[in-house]
Amino acid sequence: MLSIQHLTKIYSPGGVKALDDVTFDVPKGQFLAVIGLSGSGKSTLLRCINRLIDPTSGAILLDGQDITRANTDEMRRVRRRIGMVFQHFNLVHRSSVLTNVLAGRLGYINPAWSLINRFPKADIEKAKKQLERVGIGDKAEQRADALSGGQQQRVGIARALMQDPDIILADEPVASLDPVLAHSIMQHLEKINKEDGVTVLCSLHFLDLVHRYADRVVALNNGQLVFDGLPSEIDDKKFKEIYGKDAERVG
Amino acid sequence: MEKKTSPLRSLCIALAVIAALVIYAYGFQVTKVSLEETSNPIRQERFIRILRALAKPDLITYEKEEFIVEAPIQIPCPTGGAQSHAPDTSKPYITVTPACAEPKGEVTIEGFNFEPNTNGPLNFIPPSGVSLKMESIQTDSSGHFLITTNLPKRPSDEVQTIRAITRRNLGAPHFSRNAIETWEKIVETVFLALLATTFGVVFAVPLSFLAAKNIMSPINSPLTSVALSILFLPTGLALGWQVSGKIGELSQTVGDSVPINLVGVVLIPVILWYAIRWALPPVEETTPAAALRAARLTVLLFALLLVIVFLFLLANLAGLMGNAVIASLGAFGFLGKFLASLGELLRFSITLISALTGAGIVNTIAGKLGQNIAEKTSAPVNRIVNLTLGALAGAVLFALIGAGIDWLYELENPFYTFTLPSLIGAVAGFITASALSRNATLPIGLVIYMVTRTIFNALRSIESLVMVIVFAVWVGIGPFAGVLALALHTIASNAKLYSEQVESIMAGPIEALTATGANRLQTIVYAVIPQIVPPFISYTMYRWDINVRMSTIIGFAGGGGIGFLLQQNINLLNYRQASAQMLAIAVVVASMDYLSSAMREKAV
Repeated sequence: MLSIQHLTKIYSPGGVKALDDVTFDVPKGQFLAVIGLSGSGKSTLLRCINRLIDPTSGAILLDGQDITRANTDEMRRVRRRIGMVFQHFNLVHRSSVLTNVLAGRLGYINPAWSLINRFPKADIEKAKKQLERVGIGDKAEQRADALSGGQQQRVGIARALMQDPDIILADEPVASLDPVLAHSIMQHLEKINKEDGVTVLCSLHFLDLVHRYADRVVALNNGQLVFDGLPSEIDDKKFKEIYGKDAERVG
Repeated sequence: MEKKTSPLRSLCIALAVIAALVIYAYGFQVTKVSLEETSNPIRQERFIRILRALAKPDLITYEKEEFIVEAPIQIPCPTGGAQSHAPDTSKPYITVTPACAEPKGEVTIEGFNFEPNTNGPLNFIPPSGVSLKMESIQTDSSGHFLITTNLPKRPSDEVQTIRAITRRNLGAPHFSRNAIETWEKIVETVFLALLATTFGVVFAVPLSFLAAKNIMSPINSPLTSVALSILFLPTGLALGWQVSGKIGELSQTVGDSVPINLVGVVLIPVILWYAIRWALPPVEETTPAAALRAARLTVLLFALLLVIVFLFLLANLAGLMGNAVIASLGAFGFLGKFLASLGELLRFSITLISALTGAGIVNTIAGKLGQNIAEKTSAPVNRIVNLTLGALAGAVLFALIGAGIDWLYELENPFYTFTLPSLIGAVAGFITASALSRNATLPIGLVIYMVTRTIFNALRSIESLVMVIVFAVWVGIGPFAGVLALALHTIASNAKLYSEQVESIMAGPIEALTATGANRLQTIVYAVIPQIVPPFISYTMYRWDINVRMSTIIGFAGGGGIGFLLQQNINLLNYRQASAQMLAIAVVVASMDYLSSAMREKAV
């Protein structure tokens, strides 16, 4: 159970309020879509949950532990339970696909051993299995930048799965992909959500994807939570509230 | 659209043209550009002579056989007429007609039976025995020559001599002494550049991370940690230094026994392997108990001491084995000497490394302790602790700086070098501590970044040609001074280049790995290093290229290599010899250029 309480983030130079007193709960195993315009605070919200960005005030409770107060060691343990998938995949291009996937275990590996690039055999087996699972088992030895966009995002998902995550944060995972690939990636996330019971927080731009995959939607506008409910509840009126009165629906 | 020309604009252009003319005229005057000098016939003749000498690099010689043929000459004609001279016509001989003449008088000299197509000088030998060159002779295909020339202005009562010398090449051509010297020096030059680049890069790579803003700027520490680190840093340095010194002494007692050293060098890594395997489990799902952690820390500390012992034994062994094999290896004795030198170098650096390690360990402990104090104490306690520690750390820091100043300037006045700095530091520390709020952190990473950058920029602005003068005073004139100077310059300039590469990497992978729970070290190993390998290789090759070029002239300032030879030959007006060295430099630089660009292309 993830509980976000009065979360506020003010970027220090300029004083932009990216998140303004955001409060909501995410029950375990939910597929939650986060929607809103670009710059509405979706990315900031997701990055506050694993403290890639330090929130200004508020609390984030993960199974009762306040993440915002965790020190470096505690944060390492919290982060390794939260996988993250990025819009631009964020793979290390020059490393092999396998090394990229194994990097998901770094939170568990003793830092001293990772200096000499030593992973336990079990982890290597596991990485190969995860690659099989996302359908690119034959690409393990290739360089990450030799893969197409859709394949790179699958490597990103495999990397997140290596963490044995309780939660996956997906920051616009399909925004750089074509519609066919977008569905394929979303189906992988759905499978992880349904089969493994992993909570998924996924920020999305297209409402048809939200309707198709999400259990629940929260919407941000200018850092404020403007909607929290079922995807089917987003009618034209709600839509205008979320995206502004000049917006028109596409797809 | 009609184009308007305003008179003011035209005036401005005219003024600008006049100003440019004046600037160039002054430039001509200052740099003494003079066409008169270039058309001066004497200077032209000299210039052409040098060019011709340069076009004939002194590389190849032959064994030579000299034929010396003499004929008498009397200057001026004696009263009784010249003595007759009847040469042996079966051998090479010369005739001088007339056999006597006034000073500067004209004579005809004819040579017969010489070796065909040879050449050499025609000399005049006065009674003093010195040799004055009159002409050059060149025999034709029948071994004959004919020269009409003027005698020197050297009257004498005695009979003087005209000597014709011809030389013939014997056997196959071989390399001249100069060519061999040039070869030796150019090899020295290339290796000088290689060593300087290697030493420089070894230091520049780790230092470049300290000068990379994206790596350093996220490093912030609470004041408590920073102050404790400053307080403990000298202790850590001293501790590491002392411990390694003691272990070094201890390892000396083992001394010259190769078997004991060998057993140590083989056995210790095995012990270390098991100790480290136990103390550093590869994967940890849960937080271990305090007792287990303490035990592991103890084992690690013990392992660290063992590492120092191991290094000392290794140094011993390298020295012993190296010296033992020098004689038996014969021509490859330098390999043994190299091994012994490596041992020496290792022994020298262990102390330094362990001092730094000691500082690092104590620093980490201080940092953690500070973090704990900052987090776990109540606000007023924390404030008092911070104020005290701030003042103390400030005092220590400034006292250390004072000690440095005292050492450098030999002031020997404790008030200015100890009391006053400590006081100022204490006050500054106190003020900093009182100005900071409870949760504020100091941007310690940025401070380190700024300091490193400044040092690099200062070092980089001093050319290695200047640095080598200082090093030549320290280690003597020769290639070693050149290596040190080039290495220092390589550190400064490449650390900057590397750090710019670190700064320009993609941030995405770092973010992704941080999100998996990887710590800073792991992020660097898995997200930063793979990205910077190609540019680092490329810059290293480029630097080697630069160092080869620099090392060709570093000898001018006492840094060894081919520059020294070149400078000598230029100063002695041995242009043919100098030409050989210039040729060697050109060949090496051109091939380095080709090689480095080829390797850079492969790396990226």
